[in-house]
Amino acid sequence: MIIASVISVPQLIVFIVSVAIIAVGGVGLLTARYPVHAALFLVMTLFGVAILFIEEGAEFLAAVQVVVYAGAVVVLFLFVIMLLGVDREELASFAGDTVRVALAGVGVALILAVLFIVATGAWATGADSSAGKLTAGSNVGVLARSVFTTYLLPFELTAALLVIAVVGAVILSRRMVAETAAIEPAHLSERREVQQ
Amino acid sequence: MGNDPLLSGHITWIVVLIVVIKVIVAFIALMISVLLAIWIERKVISDMQNRIGPNRAGPFGILQSLADGIKLFFKEDLVPERSDKFIFKLAPYLSVIPAFITFTLVPVGGIVHIFGHTTELQVADPPIGILLLLAMSSISVYGVMLAGWSSGSKYPLIGSVRASAQMISYEAAMGLSIASVVLLTGSLSTRDMVSQQLGTFFGFIPHWNIIRLGVIPFIVFIVAITAEVNRPPFDLVEAEQELVGGFHTEYSSIRFALFYLAEYMNTITMSAIMVTMFFGGPDGPDPQFLHWLWPIAWFVVKTAIFFFIYVWFRAALPRLRYDQLMDLGWKVLIPVMLVWLLVVAAMRVSRPLGFAMVGLGIIGGLLLYRAIAVGRDRSTARELARPSRAEIEPPQDRREDHGAS
Repeated sequence: MIIASVISVPQLIVFIVSVAIIAVGGVGLLTARYPVHAALFLVMTLFGVAILFIEEGAEFLAAVQVVVYAGAVVVLFLFVIMLLGVDREELASFAGDTVRVALAGVGVALILAVLFIVATGAWATGADSSAGKLTAGSNVGVLARSVFTTYLLPFELTAALLVIAVVGAVILSRRMVAETAAIEPAHLSERREVQQ
Repeated sequence: MGNDPLLSGHITWIVVLIVVIKVIVAFIALMISVLLAIWIERKVISDMQNRIGPNRAGPFGILQSLADGIKLFFKEDLVPERSDKFIFKLAPYLSVIPAFITFTLVPVGGIVHIFGHTTELQVADPPIGILLLLAMSSISVYGVMLAGWSSGSKYPLIGSVRASAQMISYEAAMGLSIASVVLLTGSLSTRDMVSQQLGTFFGFIPHWNIIRLGVIPFIVFIVAITAEVNRPPFDLVEAEQELVGGFHTEYSSIRFALFYLAEYMNTITMSAIMVTMFFGGPDGPDPQFLHWLWPIAWFVVKTAIFFFIYVWFRAALPRLRYDQLMDLGWKVLIPVMLVWLLVVAAMRVSRPLGFAMVGLGIIGGLLLYRAIAVGRDRSTARELARPSRAEIEPPQDRREDHGAS
């Protein structure tokens, strides 16, 4: 009855459904026997979280969640799984290994403690909300304004960091090609000849 | 909940009913237009290839796709022995559902009054608007990718790996050209995009985004979207001559029909999205009688024109080779669109700054091109200096694919 006074019935239904999706996805991710199934359960969890974001009025976060995580990151996971051919049954299980089970228990307890801290106060995150109070309708504009004015420096630094990471990845992969060419020059130069 | 005036007040049962009616009408309309689209495509292509095409079922063969659909329903439904059963059955739906959800974003008409309520003629108008298009196009990658993988067979797997690489590559160019439209509109909502394009320049040139943005974002968008929905000339995913049938080789019966349906739903939806983003959506001359009908008619006509252009692409253009496809996406569309996005942003500030940005873009592009050319020459020279196997064996001829479907 306390819950009913805070949120309306449709919101409660949406909340229950999305939490069920998240929970099924999370448990499925851990128990799935094939890596591809695990990745798909991860997508399911991400969708549930996106629904929760929409219910909280954070539509932009929901869209980014689906575009970036479900649309790009997990697709790359799948790509790697398919290309490397590890899409076979995974039999590794640590049921029965007492130390690991105990460590997993400690991990779960820590996560619960963090959740408790986040739920009871705002000191872990600094503020309730950086984008300001949600007015009627969309908060995309408010979010954009705070990202491109107040938080411009962190935003640009993050962008620079990502570019550095991409350039680094390209250089690392190019160097490997160059080394292979040094070992086996004929192969590469043959390809070069053919292209001309 | 969106910008639709229908949903701003108290939500009553009648409001829910209107929303349900809108969903059903949109779904049925899309289904019927898919049936017609398949027939039109086959007829137009056969005209262009100087043959007759379907002409048996109904007048001019117009019921041909209905007959094909019924036939597919009654065919044997095969699930390959080595497939991943659940994902094999799931994949077609992951193709169809995103195609329909994207269509719900499109404004098909103006604002109407029904049952004492005012509503927009589109199924949904969420504040994130066009971002939903990006989200759904990234979900539709799963349909193709999982279909290929779960078939447990070589050619579908190769098709689906190609598909996912292609769709992810072109998503970047597509997102950048959408960003330029969003920059000009100042809103993500598709309804705002359409209402911003009302009116004319000098009284006769329509105030559409294709003119306000320069033509470049539209060209990038139409190329990227053609690759995104795997239509010819970017249908390397299916490439009959090389991959049997690509990702849907192992599919039969109604599951195959679902992929076929998704392809045409996507084509129609993307035509409609292009009309919305660059051609004013339902905007057009409005004689004062039958006020509600004209926007819908203009919208349908414009969408049909774009669908015809897709069919024309299919009949006229040979399929690209895979390296050409990747070069076009990464080395042409993305750099051009990045520079043009800067130009659009500068034009928003002032005209002189905008033209200065055009100049800077051209100079920067030429410098970059020269730098890449110099680097390529040097590395070629370095490799040619090494002893090569080509001196011992003659090089094999490069295989050329002339793909015409």
